[in-house]
Formats: sequence, C-alpha cells, structure tokens
Amino acid sequence: MTVILTLRDKEYEAKSGMTLHDSLIMINIQPESVLAIRDNEIITDDEVLLEDQVIRLIAVVSGG
Amino acid sequence: MKCRKCAGKAVINMRQHQLALCRDHFLEWIPAQIQRTIDKYQMFQSIERILVAVSGGKDSLSLWDILGQLGYHCDGLYIGLGIDGGIQYSEESQRCVQEFASQRNLTLHVVDIQEDYGETIMAMAERSTRGREKPCAVCGVAKRHIMNRVAREGGYNVLVTGHNLDDEAASLFGNTMNWIPDSLVRQWPVLEANHPGLARKAKPFCRLYEREIAAYALLRGIRYIYNECPYVEGSKSIYYKELLNILEEKRPGAKLSFYLSFLQAKENGLFSPSADPDFEELHPCPTCDQPTSAPGQCAFCRMVLHLV
Repeated sequence: MTVILTLRDKEYEAKSGMTLHDSLIMINIQPESVLAIRDNEIITDDEVLLEDQVIRLIAVVSGG
Repeated sequence: MKCRKCAGKAVINMRQHQLALCRDHFLEWIPAQIQRTIDKYQMFQSIERILVAVSGGKDSLSLWDILGQLGYHCDGLYIGLGIDGGIQYSEESQRCVQEFASQRNLTLHVVDIQEDYGETIMAMAERSTRGREKPCAVCGVAKRHIMNRVAREGGYNVLVTGHNLDDEAASLFGNTMNWIPDSLVRQWPVLEANHPGLARKAKPFCRLYEREIAAYALLRGIRYIYNECPYVEGSKSIYYKELLNILEEKRPGAKLSFYLSFLQAKENGLFSPSADPDFEELHPCPTCDQPTSAPGQCAFCRMVLHLV
C-alpha cells in the first residue's frame, strides 16, 4: 500500500492513507520547498494520498 | 481544502497569510499583491520604461508576465553566460526566454558575454582570482555590470529583477550571520539611481514566496528552465533558504516576518547610510564609465582586462 512521489529524477515511496504533508516529512522533503502535482493538478498538503497514486513534486527553490 | 473566497477546491495554502485559494482567485491575487508592493515602495509608474532582467527561470518570466498584465511597458534583457555543465544550461534558458518573448510579442535584448567580451563566464572564472573556486562571484559581477549598462544605454527608467522573498530573506540571513553592514544598509526593495551612472533597481517580488511564484508559473503555463545552474551546488544562499524553510515549517510566516521586520527597522532608522563604507565614494570607472567604489577601474573591467 504505497504511494510514489517523484522529485527530479528520484523516486520516493510513502504509505498510502497519509496526507501529502506527512508523506513529505517522512521522506525528508521540506513541504515549503516543493509543489505537488497529482493528475495534472496542484494539490494542497492536507490531501490524503491513496494507494498507487503518483505524485510529481516540483522543486521551487532556485538561485545560488 | 477550500478556497477562502469561493469555497472551491484550493490549489495553494499560503500559511503565512492563513489563506488558501483556488486557481482563479490565486491568479487574481498574485498580480494584485505585486501592484501593492510596487505602490508601497514607489518602485515605478506605468509611464516609465522598464527593463526586466530575465534568466529563463520561473521568477523572472513570471515577473515579466505579471507586469505585462498590470499594464507596464517592459522590455526584457537576457544575458548569455555560456554555461553548459553537461545540460546546455545557457542554451536552454535562452530558448525559454525567447519563446516567452516571441509568444507575447515582447522586445528582448540578448547580450552574449562571449560575443561582447571575448570569453564565457567559465573562462573568466578560471583565470580570475575572484572566481577560482566557483564562477558565481564572477557571474554576479558580470551580470550586474551588464544589466546596468543596458539599462543606461537603452534609456530605461528602471531595471527590475525577479528576486523573491526567499532570496531576500536568505540574503538578509547571510548578511546578519556574517554581520556585513554595507549589505544590510543597501538591502531594500528599491534602490534609487543615486549616482548618474546607476540605473534605479526594483524587486517587485520581494514580498512573495518562491513557492507562490512557482505555482503561478505552473498555473499560467509559463515554460521555464527547471534545471538549476550546474554550479549552484554548495551555494550558501540555497543552504540558507533550506534552513529558513525548516523554520517556516515550524513557524509559518517566519520568513516574511523576518524580512518585513527588517524593512520596518530600517524605516525607523536602524541602519544609517553612513554605515556603508562605499557611501558617497563612487566615481566613474575610467574604462566603462560605470560607478565604482574601487580605486581606478571597476571590478568588471579589471576582470575583462585580465587584471584579476
């Protein structure tokens, strides 16, 4: 019962049934540093992630 | 999560404002916020000629898009740095900018550093003391010089950049951590042209979070370069941003409060301009005529002429 989250060329797994926010914390990604796309829509971090969903994370931090 | 304005499905939750908005209301809210920032800091007026420095990234292209929506006449400036890094970084970023400008029928100035000055940024960095370890310091000097030059030569009233709240907070954090008084004195949403050779500079995004700008770009369908500059790894400003985001996660609004409180403190007189050692000591560079505090030629000319 896993959800796949992708960020750049990396894949992460999280347990289904958790919110996006909690999933990000679990895989050590700061929620402030990404946007999450599911089925071509941006989702807020209270969304519950369900089994077999694929969430594309977009890194928002830039510069240097 | 529901949109505060219409109870539709929210696409973004801005915890620092305790505000969640749907797509349509978010796309209305962002330009309105930018207009408020422009007005509050008296950055520029619609009758003025504005030059937007565009890199191909989400911030500068979103800025150009929003200023156009707000009715400002804006031309763009892209600086070709000649950075490849195995990902054709400069080529791809230039493509994004040219596509953006072409789709909207906007005027774009392109300055290619190799064509104009005989070397790429990497070549300058390799032989320069300033850029021995990384090209960033060389890159910064070159970009600031060229932006100012094009703004003056083109008769633009103001140069605007896409620096956002995260950039400003990270810069402020670094300047405070290392206690750099001249940078603290100078950090402000708009820098007036206080010398004949300097263009006025403004940062309309200075109160907007990076995450909001990314959401705006995605929702507007703006194609921007997603890959970072290949030399950004190990960058202090990225590290400071990461630290501030950890703080923001625990204390929503911390970044915004940090920056706005600093601005308020400055308005109350906390940092006197006389604390800046370069204050009132600028003179025209004998080679390019741009203002400099260095004795003799400016840092850019010394770099280009192989003197550093």
